[in-house]
Amino acid sequence: MKGMGLTLTRKRSLLGLFFISPWLVGFIILFLMPMIQSIRFSMSDLSIVPGGYELKFTAWNNFREALFIDANYNRILTESVLQMAVNVPLILFFSLFSAVLLNQKFRGRSLARAIFFLPVILASGAVASAEAAGLINLIGNATAAEEAGLSSSQFNTMAMVDLLAEAGMPLVMTDYIVDAVMRIYDIIRSSGVQILIFLAALQSVPTTMYEVAKMEGATGYESFWKITFPMVSPLILTNVIYTVIDSFTTSPITQTIYTTAFQTQNFGLSASMSWLYTIVVGILLLIIGFFISKKVHYN
Amino acid sequence: MQRTKNKLIDALWSIFRYVLIIGISFVILYPILMKISTAFKDKTDIYNPTIYMIPVHFTMDNIKLASEVLNYFPLLGNTLLYVFVVMVLTTVSTALAGYGFARFEFPGSKILFAMVILTILVPTSTLMVPMYLHFRSFDVLGLISLFTGKEGVNLLNTYWPSMITAGTATGLKAGLFIYIFRQFFKGMPKEIEEAALIDGAGGIKTFIRIMLPNAIPPMITVMLFSFVWTYNDTFYPSLFMSETNLMSLKVASLPSQINLIIPQLLGLAGTDIKADPNHVAMLVDTGILLAIAPLIILYLFVQRYFVESVERTGVVG
Repeated sequence: MKGMGLTLTRKRSLLGLFFISPWLVGFIILFLMPMIQSIRFSMSDLSIVPGGYELKFTAWNNFREALFIDANYNRILTESVLQMAVNVPLILFFSLFSAVLLNQKFRGRSLARAIFFLPVILASGAVASAEAAGLINLIGNATAAEEAGLSSSQFNTMAMVDLLAEAGMPLVMTDYIVDAVMRIYDIIRSSGVQILIFLAALQSVPTTMYEVAKMEGATGYESFWKITFPMVSPLILTNVIYTVIDSFTTSPITQTIYTTAFQTQNFGLSASMSWLYTIVVGILLLIIGFFISKKVHYN
Repeated sequence: MQRTKNKLIDALWSIFRYVLIIGISFVILYPILMKISTAFKDKTDIYNPTIYMIPVHFTMDNIKLASEVLNYFPLLGNTLLYVFVVMVLTTVSTALAGYGFARFEFPGSKILFAMVILTILVPTSTLMVPMYLHFRSFDVLGLISLFTGKEGVNLLNTYWPSMITAGTATGLKAGLFIYIFRQFFKGMPKEIEEAALIDGAGGIKTFIRIMLPNAIPPMITVMLFSFVWTYNDTFYPSLFMSETNLMSLKVASLPSQINLIIPQLLGLAGTDIKADPNHVAMLVDTGILLAIAPLIILYLFVQRYFVESVERTGVVG
């Protein structure tokens, strides 16, 4: 690349292409082509023949089958979406709270940080499934295992329900909070990366802002809502998107798509199921993104 | 008066904060502590309700048996080698792409970066079947069949699918890594590169000699994430490499294996007698502990750099 009559801008853009070339090759071969193929599969009947596969075009048949004929698909899809709708706010709230907590100065802070990020290291589908199997073996069946898990936590939910009811909390909210407390381990386990992101955001808030607020007589509560929250709000969107995608990768819908493809060998149906699911995720992200970005404060 | 009140509030808050932090830490550590305690327990200790955490009969039997079932050390060596190679390939390819997107303008660079975001957003399960068929008869643009006249190569149950996806920055969470690198390189002052350019260094030399040594924080972040997520991943291995020796696959099949092996050890194979479920659970827990132990040890060494580097990486944008 010595001169060769190329202008500097041309040279720069060629260099840029050189840097992204490994990704570009991978993107075309391992993302774009499979994606187009997947769309074709979703509208075809795929049968494996020696040395490859054959496609028979069936238009929207697979989609119709997934939505109206398959007995389980709708239920599993709505369950996955509902589960996500419950989890995302909890994870966001918990991770913002932990990040603020870990950002304050106190003795043993680095130890606390190390422990809070441990779930990022240990979050594993394999371990979780083996663990569930271990516990199920121990108790006999899944529901019993769950109940035993709850009772062994030595925590009486009724006391909390009563307390919240006394305080005039509506029943729906009480349900939600009790549910959140019961699943605290799951929530903590899936908020590691989000805590990291919020913590990084908090570190970039200039300390002078807090000093000024303090001089003006703002309480900690006020400076949280007037300074901290607006400053980290752009990252709320990032975290929501990350959480939504993350919660879907471990949801039962992925399992359904997998078994449809590799156990019942119905590749076309599986492809259309996964596209329906992708569309649902996409629409959800668009709606969430629209509402959050309206509230977000950018500086 | 006001001052003593403030002091009181501060003191109360710091007590409350310690209670919270210790509580949450306990919730996180409890399963690990339970597993460590289980691993050293004797079978008879399961039925002793007076035992909490610290076993009465210490034994290494569980660890011995679980590591035998897992074939632990060969498996660990194999897995670590695989994860290490994937990690290096991922870091190199995503760093290159991140730098390319951060610093160069070329036709369609904005659209291509939008495509990077798209690869983060499209669920992997959507591409599962085409990828599977793709690797079953791997053939880049039909070149192999063009030159040799044969069908593509079957890469299933080899390590190639992971190597290829890692090397081309399309593997596990690679989009996220490209994003992290791009954010970091964007934040670096342009003057450094301009100075290097005037001193006569080409673009590639500038990248290797000037930019990479400065990019240690995002590199640690990406390497650690890539290492851990590849080590734990079951999606790619079970799809493309289900017959290979990898820790995550072995751990997932641990319960059924142990259910088979215990009756054999007792000389009861072929009879209707099933293994004691409590004993099975104990061994599964020990196996899980063995599987995550390398990660915990690794984390103990690098957690300091990890937390600091993430703060400086500029994930924030």
